Amino acid sequence: MTLRGDVIGKPRRRVDGRAKVTGQTKFADDIVLPRMLHAKLLRSSVPHAKIVRIDTSKAAAVDGVSLVLTGESFPIAYGILPVSHDEHALCRDVVRFVGDPVAAVIARDEATAERAMRLIEVEYEALRTFASPDDSLAHPEPRIHEYGDFGNVHKAVALQFGDVDAAIAGADHVFDDLFYFEGNTHLPIEQHATVATKDQDGKLVVYSSTQTPHYLHRALAKALSLPAAHIRVVATPNGGGFGGKSDPFNHEVVVAYAAMRLDRPIKICLTREEVFYCHRGRHPVLMRFRTGVTKEGTITGLDLQTLLDGGAYGSYGVASTFYTGALQTVTYDIPTYRFRGCRVFTNKPPCGPKRGHGTPQSRFGQEVQLDKIAETLAIDPADLRLNIVQPPDSLTANFLRVGTIGLADCIKKVVDRSNWRDTFRKLPLGHGVGLACSSYLSGAGLPINWNDLPHSGVQLKLDRSGGVTVFCGATEIGQGSDDVLVAIVAEVLGIDPFDVRAVTGDTDLTPVDLGSYSSRVTLMMGNAAIQAAERARELIADAVSVKLEIPKGRLVFADRRVFDAEDPERGTSFREAVRLAEAKFGTLGTTGSYTPPRSEAKFKGGGVGPSPTYSYTAAVVEVDVDPETGWVTVPRVWIAHDIGRALNPTLVRGQVEGGVYMGIGEALMEEQVFRRLPAKLSHALVHKFPSILEYKSPTSLEMPEVFTDLIEYPDPAGPFGAKEVGQGPLLPIMPAVANAVYDAVGVRIDSIPVTPEKILRALEAKAAGKAPRQGPASFPDIPWPETLRVTPPWAGGTGRADNEPARPTHRRVDAGIEARAAGITKEARS
Amino acid sequence: MKLRLTLTVNGEPADTLVDPDKTLLEVLREDLQLTGTKHGCELGECGACAVLVDGVPLLSCLMVAHECEGRAVVTVEGLTEDGRLHPLQECFADLGAAQCGYCTPGILMTAKALLDREPHPSRERIREALSGNLCRCTGYQQILDAVEAAASLTVTR
Ligand code: FES
Ligand code: FES
Repeated sequence: MTLRGDVIGKPRRRVDGRAKVTGQTKFADDIVLPRMLHAKLLRSSVPHAKIVRIDTSKAAAVDGVSLVLTGESFPIAYGILPVSHDEHALCRDVVRFVGDPVAAVIARDEATAERAMRLIEVEYEALRTFASPDDSLAHPEPRIHEYGDFGNVHKAVALQFGDVDAAIAGADHVFDDLFYFEGNTHLPIEQHATVATKDQDGKLVVYSSTQTPHYLHRALAKALSLPAAHIRVVATPNGGGFGGKSDPFNHEVVVAYAAMRLDRPIKICLTREEVFYCHRGRHPVLMRFRTGVTKEGTITGLDLQTLLDGGAYGSYGVASTFYTGALQTVTYDIPTYRFRGCRVFTNKPPCGPKRGHGTPQSRFGQEVQLDKIAETLAIDPADLRLNIVQPPDSLTANFLRVGTIGLADCIKKVVDRSNWRDTFRKLPLGHGVGLACSSYLSGAGLPINWNDLPHSGVQLKLDRSGGVTVFCGATEIGQGSDDVLVAIVAEVLGIDPFDVRAVTGDTDLTPVDLGSYSSRVTLMMGNAAIQAAERARELIADAVSVKLEIPKGRLVFADRRVFDAEDPERGTSFREAVRLAEAKFGTLGTTGSYTPPRSEAKFKGGGVGPSPTYSYTAAVVEVDVDPETGWVTVPRVWIAHDIGRALNPTLVRGQVEGGVYMGIGEALMEEQVFRRLPAKLSHALVHKFPSILEYKSPTSLEMPEVFTDLIEYPDPAGPFGAKEVGQGPLLPIMPAVANAVYDAVGVRIDSIPVTPEKILRALEAKAAGKAPRQGPASFPDIPWPETLRVTPPWAGGTGRADNEPARPTHRRVDAGIEARAAGITKEARS
Repeated sequence: MKLRLTLTVNGEPADTLVDPDKTLLEVLREDLQLTGTKHGCELGECGACAVLVDGVPLLSCLMVAHECEGRAVVTVEGLTEDGRLHPLQECFADLGAAQCGYCTPGILMTAKALLDREPHPSRERIREALSGNLCRCTGYQQILDAVEAAASLTVTR
């Protein structure tokens, strides 16, 4: 049986394209159900305090109010990672940031709910506010949470692979650089919204703008103490996610509870200000890179420290911490490596996964440092990198298995296309070019709740109509996952994508897929879809082969027909072929599933970083910098991405350009920052600008022209050879901008975003004969835990730490589904 | 007290009773069930709610509905004609200009107003016209491509 490539690899209108341009895509806030009520959350106005008293009586008395809730109704904690179930739908004893929800009002309309909400009285007893990681490190008490490694440190980890100290001591040069990456947020244009209802059978149904319906399903089961089998979560198409809709959120739990209690549909749609409080965006990270290099520019060892400002809750933070150190070795050949990472709690909205999850910050540091190394050694930065690209089919010092790697081709491509050799260090003052690279996972190799279950499941239904329906729990967040799913099935069965209907992101109807995060969907869902479709093709081929007396191996599925490769006239329509199979085998249905290969990293912390395969990207950014004002414009970006295989080049290109766009925003302007209110007000630590107007993001006017090249060497791990594209292309942009600014005006901005103020200050320093740089000056002393020492594979290592107590390598934690707690309110179940 | 509001919406008369403080966005979405028009801020900052009022693109989240009494409103639902997509819709769908699709209705309406005024805008003009419509997904490039393509399609028709 052969595939013709009629669908895969061709630029096509996405399957949901028509719905999106006609306004028919149903987002969560577009859902209206009969008798629906509306919810509003009262959020804390203080950053850190004990709740002494809440009086809801006035709110409850407002005409049109059905229910007022406080933390009392939500005794059970939940959270995305099993190691940090630290959230309650409404705060019970303590509020931890301005915006933390403390009460909820359910009323006949939003205006009534809001009016009543303002009548709720909350008395707080202030606790010390932790505004920065320095605060949190300096003061272990009061603890923001009663758990975590120590004091206000959520997590501190230390890993070492080989004798990095000797390797750095023996290097020709040692580079010791500090970098800072400010926090920023996803800013999806759709505000989070959820509609919950009790269905006709008395079961809970939740429609929500979530990237992870499976995890929301688990969180609801736990937080509401309901059997997961009696909860249906439907992920509505997300109006942008970028990682910001990957946690189970307070508002989702609140309206689910209220719908069960009141037996009425409840809707909540967050205001834009509230979306800033949900956050879970980019962690602010301070970094120290100590790197030993030879005269030739190869790396002997890297000693990396990162300090993450986690905000008020755990979220994905433990994973984010490990991610700041996970992918350096996947990109470049680094024979010895030490990584120490620390995440602290502060009284700000929780940080979490934003596009690139934990890796863009240290990618920025590494790529800018490489630029400095190249300059010192008088090597072209492109050549320096070409010389140290991680070899294919290798195992890194930290036991990550790298398969195909197209990074060298990416570098050569952008160097060529951008005319790099004639522009780098050759442009007049105020004009510059910068280069940077990156790598990213094509799906996390380990699930969040460690278990031995598939990461993605697909079901196929076919019948005599000739129609095919494909079911998968994957979630459409704009990236085009429905299109990938349909295209793969259509390709394998030789039919048109229009013949295939996709049902996705519905925990009642679709098999589990873990969700739209870690760039996992194309690879994992895609492989599961291929398996399901191939099994269906087998059945059909069996039936056709018998009926038409054609050897099975000669059958071709294409053009909505099944026919003999040697005599294409001999064959039958796809519809008739399915009918034959239905007659022969009975009702037709197949399944496919995907589980990533086992990782070789067996040490504690080795669960973050493994992936079935990695994507690679290189970019050259051109900047114009006005030396008078420090203003930066970016006219052009050249980017090459190792995609493995582009399943739908139109969508791949869109992901690359969208990644560049978001990278430009992060590089130049986006900042989630905080300020103190004046003392005569409350001195509270508040978000500096929780509005779209003031949180600056690029418009069509700031967006450069992007020249995209796709490097296609099909990867055996990916469906039809495909790797990820949703996150990788963002990563090189921030360092490439900073490197280009240096090329343009000769100052190093070692701190993201690269703002005009920083450039001007650096230029002033330069003019005064001081170091022409803006960036952090020191890295605090952190009481690191004992370093886990792992011997690299080439020194005989096994993937385990030499000094780690024996522990089970594959814990089976299934907390979300099984957990039951005593004391859950009965109303939630009735 | 609800007041009577008479509009022409997508070429048809719409006669409703609405609260005097409701915005046009709310009336379209909640009273007329035209949920194709989106919102990202309800403060006039994102452009997602743009509709045409007497042919001019306006932010429906900032308009009090009663100010539109008697005026002609066109929303994304009114772009298709005789069951056929508008060239802008065709090009947006074909060229990847709608990723999540959430900003798309507002951008389509703004782009339609531009092409109605200026059938052959330069890329720079398109950039300027769309600069009040934020899109977080696409990086705008495929949107600009799609508007250009639609402009050329309109010509050859
Ligand atoms: S909803 Fe954002 S401008 Fe109207
Ligand atoms: S397509 Fe998602 S915001 Fe524009």
